[in-house]
Amino acid sequence: MAQTLYDKLWADHLVDERADGSALIYIDRHLIHEVTSPQAFEGLRLAGRQPWRIGANIATPDHNVSTDPVERQGGYAAVKDETSRIQLQTLDDNCSQFGIAEFLLNDRRQGIVHVVGPETGAVLPGMTVVCGDSHTSTHGALGVIAQGIGTSEVEHVLATQCLVTKKQKNMLIRVDGELLPGVTAKDIVLAVIAKIGTAGGTGHAIEFAGAAIEALSIEGRMSVCNMAIEAGARVGMVAVDDKTIDYVRGRAFSPRGSAWDAAITHWNTLHSDEGAIFDALVELDASLIEPQVSWGTSPEMVSAVGENVPSPDDFDSKVKQEGVARALDYMGLSSGTPIKDIRLDRVFIGSCTNSRIEDIRAAAAVVKGYQKAGSVKQAMIVPGSGQVKHQAEQEGLDKIFVAAGFEWREPGCSMCLAMNADKLGPGEHCASTSNRNFESRQGFGGRTHLVSPAMAAAAGITGHFVDVRDWEMKA
Amino acid sequence: MRAFKQQAGLVAPLDRPNVDTDIIIPKQYLKSIKRTGFGINLFDQLRYVDEGWPGKPLEERELNSEFVLNQERYEGASVLLARVNFGCGSSREHAPWALDDYGFRVVIAPSFADIFYNNCFKNGLLPVVLPEGIVDRLFDEVAANPGYKIEVDLEAEQVILPNDESFAFEIDAFRKECLIKGLDDIGLTLESEPIIRAYEANRRQQSPWLFDVISPEKIS
Ligand code: SF4
Repeated sequence: MAQTLYDKLWADHLVDERADGSALIYIDRHLIHEVTSPQAFEGLRLAGRQPWRIGANIATPDHNVSTDPVERQGGYAAVKDETSRIQLQTLDDNCSQFGIAEFLLNDRRQGIVHVVGPETGAVLPGMTVVCGDSHTSTHGALGVIAQGIGTSEVEHVLATQCLVTKKQKNMLIRVDGELLPGVTAKDIVLAVIAKIGTAGGTGHAIEFAGAAIEALSIEGRMSVCNMAIEAGARVGMVAVDDKTIDYVRGRAFSPRGSAWDAAITHWNTLHSDEGAIFDALVELDASLIEPQVSWGTSPEMVSAVGENVPSPDDFDSKVKQEGVARALDYMGLSSGTPIKDIRLDRVFIGSCTNSRIEDIRAAAAVVKGYQKAGSVKQAMIVPGSGQVKHQAEQEGLDKIFVAAGFEWREPGCSMCLAMNADKLGPGEHCASTSNRNFESRQGFGGRTHLVSPAMAAAAGITGHFVDVRDWEMKA
Repeated sequence: MRAFKQQAGLVAPLDRPNVDTDIIIPKQYLKSIKRTGFGINLFDQLRYVDEGWPGKPLEERELNSEFVLNQERYEGASVLLARVNFGCGSSREHAPWALDDYGFRVVIAPSFADIFYNNCFKNGLLPVVLPEGIVDRLFDEVAANPGYKIEVDLEAEQVILPNDESFAFEIDAFRKECLIKGLDDIGLTLESEPIIRAYEANRRQQSPWLFDVISPEKIS
């Protein structure tokens, strides 16, 4: 029978099935960070358990690290906040106690787990990947079942190398046609969420396909899969093609020699079969997607940059109308205001959605030769990993940003969730390349607008949103 | 894990859709390396007017008197009545920990986000899905009747109203059993150790590259 990509990967990892439909799934790779793991390690210790397969795990601190170059040089000792320092230190202690590989704070391979996994080859096509972080869906771009789990499950995976879960339904999101210049992977996924809503994918594994997805780079596909969870789906994925294999080739932990040949033979089967049946189908025409800007407090509250802030009356259900009214109140926006008139206080370019080298390049291309608007208090560029940072510096991109008055930071999650010192003040509007515009996500009372890197960069120059398709790039 | 069989308790209504886990417990509290103590910061941004941080003394906090949990009539509530897509967003298990630490044992909503739903079961917290129409009605009844209590019987899969009217809900058999018996998930899975070992040996043979040891020394 024709199978979907998800069906194939599921069958490949199925260890045991129970009568009620729950199943034991084998986990190939487990990514660990400081925030959702301490209680899991503590649980192992209390029960006197050891990790099942130590080599399946890899850790790095990211959520809570300082991105300030000076504070960073001082290592953990320089972390001013004591609870943060203890949490970071606890990750190192747990990894050394249990013998788990960790990319330490100032190792070049440190970074946001979802950037580090693929770029080191620790995540490979055909795997199952879990992490105590909902944006684990990112790794699905490599033809992987990757999903976020809670801390109890982190402990469970450490102890058993398995996850107890249930097979999801299959959803196909087809994005056909061709993107207009200046429109990016981020705009695709925001448009998808605007269309199906934040619960549209609940209970489903989403496969993204169609000409526009095939045309994306692997990094672009990661931006799309990253936000599957914002559409309610724990799993987002894209089939393996030549781009996937080219991406994986030669990475630090990628197979070599005959193992590589065997691996690609297997990887080339990782796509949905002709005629495979999906439980749900969503179709979008890429050529109709414009640069997107979120105006509310949920990732489905998104419009094209040329539109106006909507009114609660534009929505059908009472619950939705109230939600939109509350969001507009929180955001300090009135219905009918052109999106382009929204003034920004800060700009954040980073996060596991958009902090890879292509994102940094796209932002640099816009910024080059311009100056940050005086009304913008801060514009930060936070590369996703030490490797991304290094690569960008090799290309001289850091200098472009600094010359324009943007800050060039050390890798970490930073203002995506504002656990560290990088945050918005109350009422401040931020053009952000991250993935969540929830109330106070980026700082108490802060107002987030989700956009692509190029859109965020342009907003940092002009102080308000502009359609980046009209941007004049300086050579 | 604490077992859950049935719960009779006061119902507190949280009337907004898409309550995300950042709202349930904001990130600044995620720096803790413990599982307990999150209850006083449950719904921190809704419950207090000022910005909170870990260790901020309660007497320095300004309560938002309009927020439902600050109203006397809902004091001691153990059942949270919520709207669609409750628990969306971040996978943080601190969300069920905070609800539990506050004293909630049951959350009723028309739908839950997947990861949150799953996390509840690991912590003896019962998420109950009821049709939207019934949830609407419960919101009305709670508003109209101070001290409104309901009973949730997991064994019978029933929500029972004060007038003895009852509604059935569904739950996976395996999850139900774990919750009723308070079973340790890991211990249960380890009973399948031989099956896991056999699977693993086979996988190692078929895809040996997946078993290359990750070591941080390996230079890219
Ligand atoms: S960058 Fe943001 S969304 Fe991604 S892992 Fe870090 S905190 Fe989570």
